[in-house]
Amino acid sequence: MLKKTRVVLSVILFSLITFYFLDFRDLLPGNLHFLAEIQLIPALLALNIFILLFLLALTLIFGRVYCSSICPMGIYQDLLSWLSKKMIKRKKYNYSKAKTVLRWSVLAATIVSFIFGFTFLVGLLDPYGAYGRMVTHLFRPAYLAGNNLLDTIFTSFNNYTFYKVSIYSLGVFSSVTALITLVVIGYLAWKNGRTWCNTICPVGTTLGFLSKYALLKIQFIDENCNSCGLCSMKCKASCIDAKNKQIDYSRCVTCFNCIESCNRDAMNYSLIKPKKKKTRDALPAYTYLKDDKPVDESKRRFLSASLVTGLAAGSLFAQEVTHGLNMKRELKRQVPIAPPGVPSFDHLREKCISCHLCVSKCPSHVIKPAFLEYGLGGMMQPKLYFDKGFCNYDCTICGDVCPTGAILPLTKEEKNHTQMGKVQFIIENCIVYYDETSCGACSEHCPTQAVHMVPYKDSLTIPEINQEICVGCGGCEYVCPAIPFKAIYVEGLTSQNVIELEHEEVEETVIDDFGF
Amino acid sequence: MDRRNFLRAVALTGAAITTMKEADAMSLLTQSFETANAANYDLVAVMGGEPEAMFRKAIAEMGGMKNFISKGDKVCVKPNIGWDQPVEMAANTNPKLIAEIVKQCFDAGASEVTVFDHTCDDWRKSYSNSGIEEAAKKAGAKVVPAHQESYYKTVSLPLGKSLKNAKIHQAIVDSDKWINVPILKNHGGAQLTISMKNYMGIVWDRGYFHANDLQQCIADVCTYAKRPVLNVVDAYRLMKTSGPRGKSLSDVVLSKGLFLSQDIIAADTAATNFFNQAREMPLERVSHIAKGQELGVGTMNLEKLNIKRLRM
Repeated sequence: MLKKTRVVLSVILFSLITFYFLDFRDLLPGNLHFLAEIQLIPALLALNIFILLFLLALTLIFGRVYCSSICPMGIYQDLLSWLSKKMIKRKKYNYSKAKTVLRWSVLAATIVSFIFGFTFLVGLLDPYGAYGRMVTHLFRPAYLAGNNLLDTIFTSFNNYTFYKVSIYSLGVFSSVTALITLVVIGYLAWKNGRTWCNTICPVGTTLGFLSKYALLKIQFIDENCNSCGLCSMKCKASCIDAKNKQIDYSRCVTCFNCIESCNRDAMNYSLIKPKKKKTRDALPAYTYLKDDKPVDESKRRFLSASLVTGLAAGSLFAQEVTHGLNMKRELKRQVPIAPPGVPSFDHLREKCISCHLCVSKCPSHVIKPAFLEYGLGGMMQPKLYFDKGFCNYDCTICGDVCPTGAILPLTKEEKNHTQMGKVQFIIENCIVYYDETSCGACSEHCPTQAVHMVPYKDSLTIPEINQEICVGCGGCEYVCPAIPFKAIYVEGLTSQNVIELEHEEVEETVIDDFGF
Repeated sequence: MDRRNFLRAVALTGAAITTMKEADAMSLLTQSFETANAANYDLVAVMGGEPEAMFRKAIAEMGGMKNFISKGDKVCVKPNIGWDQPVEMAANTNPKLIAEIVKQCFDAGASEVTVFDHTCDDWRKSYSNSGIEEAAKKAGAKVVPAHQESYYKTVSLPLGKSLKNAKIHQAIVDSDKWINVPILKNHGGAQLTISMKNYMGIVWDRGYFHANDLQQCIADVCTYAKRPVLNVVDAYRLMKTSGPRGKSLSDVVLSKGLFLSQDIIAADTAATNFFNQAREMPLERVSHIAKGQELGVGTMNLEKLNIKRLRM
């Protein structure tokens, strides 16, 4: 029953948050972003006291149910270990010793680097953020491709239930990072269940520490237990030492698989009993059915090898990308453009864990992960680019969905007055200037008329810019048809401004004749 | 089903779909472009009513929708849905007018009515916030997407000067008749956007227009062999400044006008003269109109036309 409840809850929450990332048609209610907000690191960064207290209380009462049912990365791993169990007959887990030093070192390194302003590590290791990137960069393209296939079929029958969407690369570095995450964590889960959660994940370490003091715990009923070891074989966290009837609560994710597996009702989930003095781990850790396996050499090799490969691949791509940028076109934008509602780059660097929910949700496709534009610590954080579209003037979705408060929520009114960048006009590149024909595409798209057309030669009009009222939406840059170099573009700002728009009186114009 | 059967089935389905498409294309080649010419007037201008009422008046003067739409026709109604703006901003065609036209098409026996525009702002937002998607669907029309190149088919424009071919949306290419329903607006580049400029929403590559003499390209695309059977200019509200997107209500004039003509040049000439009363806009400045007349698309000489002026 306990296990069933856990599984049902996990499947529901996991499906919802995954589909929320994928759902480009807004089929799900918009307020589902609370599923991202209840994740621990986002709540911590957003300083959401309410959610933090809730998670704290949850863990102190029930143990690590967060890891079991709320964290999508945890459920992703359960899914893979479940699959591996389906594929590999007689698959079983074994008790292993806690990797206490490794866990705490990773946690310490994450905290220290965060304090020193290098949020990248937090973003990289936060299970929610990492899962978000997996969905955005790997699952979403597949979902979109499926949609396009359906569109092709339905549209050929003159049915427009589906519509085509573009699928494009969101930046090599982030996508490769997402792929490595998927493969490494997936492989570990396939082999050994929750290894990631109990060796690397900083959230797992923290909650593990707290759950040692949980009120409700899984416990042996000594009278019934014959130390058969079944529970230990079922434990995906490898935290049950069946021989000694000991459970390492810092690693137990309260999945209840053990209770389910026990044939003798020798385990229950109940209020902790006052214990006899705990024997300080003097006994060797081993289970009944298998010999000692103190060090898993292959796992260790795999971990270090993938780390090295990952780093090498990263730097390789880094070289490639910078090289490509320099070769292909002149690098015109000096300062990147942060999404609307990011007060400053410092704020972004401090708060953003690069879950890429904003990237997934932006209906105009203008947000993509940065590479080195914000510096090393800002890798994978969102920036605006105008190759596929421009930022819709009235749209506030990125700030609405951001779970960490890196992109602050704006009202439509505030958004209309938020300056993300300033327009730059290069007249030599302008079609009106060098072809002497009409254009005006830039001004056409400008919501504040920061780009407006003024009389030029004959009946021609040419763009004139007013940076003071530019919001930096990129409409002009996106649409400018001048080749090979655009005549108008947006330069980013390290901190965003509030612009003042002139309030124009509505003057009554009466037309009472046809005019011809 | 074994794999072989499955593959065979897939191949057959694919082949079937291909031939179906083929057949459509063939029928297009043989279709005729005749339009009814029983219209009583060359141009009907209405003032002072609500959008749908003015249209009802105007089309009645033209002898009713039956003059233009035949039983079984696949009709495409093409509004301006360029922007994510509400109806008060006059950036998009009035949804009530679109609903009325769709309804009348069905009343005249149309088998299907499609509505689309190649929007400038995000198409989902523009379709919904303009109110047109809802109004058209309610009236029974199919509102189809136009945001991907795959929805467009290449057609040649032998009469064009700067523009020799264009990719035009299949909803128009595959239709029997289409109705052009622009809104009257100021336009930073083309000066005004009316019926002719509304053609830029049926093509895929607008950038080419801007980069290759915008005014000439607008005139060129209007030479596309399949002319709209009607041009209905929505001037219920007109955008006099900051067009075509508009920035505030001060850009909008409640002008309560509507112009109806089969001659796109005449419709735009009349609408320009009408606009000229809200803000100075001599015809020469909207140079794509004269360029269109040069290409033989229609006439700017309103004197010679049989015009009906109506007030409500």
